[in-house]
Amino acid sequence: MPAANYDAQVLENGAVSGSVMRMTARWDETTPAPVCGQFYMLRAWKADEAPLLSRPISVHRFDREKKEIEFLYEVKGLGTQKLAALKAGESVQLTGPSGHGFPLDGTLGDTVAVVGGGIGTAPLLQLVRELAEKGVTVDFFAGFRDEPYEMEPYRELCRTVGIATDSGRFGHHGFVTELFDPKAYTAVCTCGPEIMMRKTALMCMRAGTPVYVSKEAKMACGVGACLGCTCKTKEGGGVCVCKDGPVFEGSVLYELD
Amino acid sequence: MSLTEITLCGKTLVSPVIAASGTFGFGVEYSGMADLKKLGGISGKGLTLNGKYGNEGERLWETPSGLINSIGLQNPGVRHFIENELPVMRTLGPAVMANLGGGCIEDYEEGARLLDETDVDYIELNISCPNVKAGGIAYGIKAESAKEVVGRVRACTTKPLIVKLSPNAENITEMALACEAAGADGLSLVNTFQAMAIDLEKRRPVFNNVFAGLSGPAIRPIALRMVYQVCKAVKVPVIGLGGIATANDALEFIMAGATAVQVGTANFSNPHACEQITDGIAEWMTAHGVKSLEEIRGCAQV
Repeated sequence: MPAANYDAQVLENGAVSGSVMRMTARWDETTPAPVCGQFYMLRAWKADEAPLLSRPISVHRFDREKKEIEFLYEVKGLGTQKLAALKAGESVQLTGPSGHGFPLDGTLGDTVAVVGGGIGTAPLLQLVRELAEKGVTVDFFAGFRDEPYEMEPYRELCRTVGIATDSGRFGHHGFVTELFDPKAYTAVCTCGPEIMMRKTALMCMRAGTPVYVSKEAKMACGVGACLGCTCKTKEGGGVCVCKDGPVFEGSVLYELD
Repeated sequence: MSLTEITLCGKTLVSPVIAASGTFGFGVEYSGMADLKKLGGISGKGLTLNGKYGNEGERLWETPSGLINSIGLQNPGVRHFIENELPVMRTLGPAVMANLGGGCIEDYEEGARLLDETDVDYIELNISCPNVKAGGIAYGIKAESAKEVVGRVRACTTKPLIVKLSPNAENITEMALACEAAGADGLSLVNTFQAMAIDLEKRRPVFNNVFAGLSGPAIRPIALRMVYQVCKAVKVPVIGLGGIATANDALEFIMAGATAVQVGTANFSNPHACEQITDGIAEWMTAHGVKSLEEIRGCAQV
């Protein structure tokens, strides 16, 4: 399904914690509905204004009934600063939904661990919601530098919520990968810093547990036209994170030593 | 007849606006968003005889009003294009321009021979990709080497042959004249400017190839100057490009003498850029009582 492009009304946009923001926008129901793991290119400034490129942001929560798409994002530079300045009632340009999300056709089995790190937790809420809806048992593990955010919705949906922090102020003092054993799960899904995803994927591959990884990349178009966001897979280079991903099977991206 | 209709190398296009190579995939990527029927043409992703994975490392870097890219001609190869992408591209409406890059001269020749047997409307010969050592840039710097490759490719095809020039050419006018003399039916310019960026944290160049290609509004005034110079020098039609993002930008290139324009980087910030530029040109023409783009083509030449 090709991506659509439209101006969506901002319904809410506010700080969640520190520089992490949450924006809710009105979904145009004539456009394709996003599935968990997909993303949109967001723009809140004119075509001739800086920054040149729109910003790829994953879908945090999608509500078909209310026609709402929620984005959780961290303010890092000029683009996200401009997104953060949007007020309810203003509009945000959405291009998408793009890419391949997490598989929801039963591939993941009945007991899934979902592993996030920092702002990489953003696309995982929608995944957990859709898994829970299908009756899948989900354990959620998240790592943060210091203070966790946006954990409440997971507590309602998951069997277990485990938290690790670098600072030790909350939850386990250490890495999120120390919180779970992949052998206990039919599949693991992860999104976060590359080093965390790599470690998670290798643990799963050693345990023989299928693992799905959602990658991040700089993008110009977000629809597979510019070939700027490519990564290497076992089949070779030049695989588009935007179109072929952002969710990949871990064994396609990583190799055991 | 649409107000914006033009003739380019014997073919009628509904608009002078063509999506630039490397920014529009093979068109289908934008089919759900943009009204492609309003585009005069689409120049597909640069092809090489054999497919390429492209460059490793960073591929994109934003600059003020610009974008530096180092894609490295990632493409599925000419044969794959002919079998898989071309049939879909053909159904979209706009004229199909196959952008052909190369390694050695024989690859260019073989690629052109293969494309000659297809229904592509134009072959755009890329002798200006700055991002691969064997991507044609060697031919795009010196007029003498350009003349050789254009002449050899000319002999391989009867398709309208448009040569895409690099702004990094030693002398853009001499380059244009050399390509025209070698049998080019048209010229498109400019490709990206060689540029670079340095990552302060790593204290290293951002791109593995050190240099990469700068596009976007940042290069537009220089591109316009080069298009102006070339239009004054040659008789073949010129397609102007370089940072065009609005109808007014496009009209400047047409007044400088361009027959058509290509829109590239603007597609990223606005997926509707090409169609909006077409609409904007028509609006401007109506407001100014201009009945055909022929009336204003080259009018700014002094």
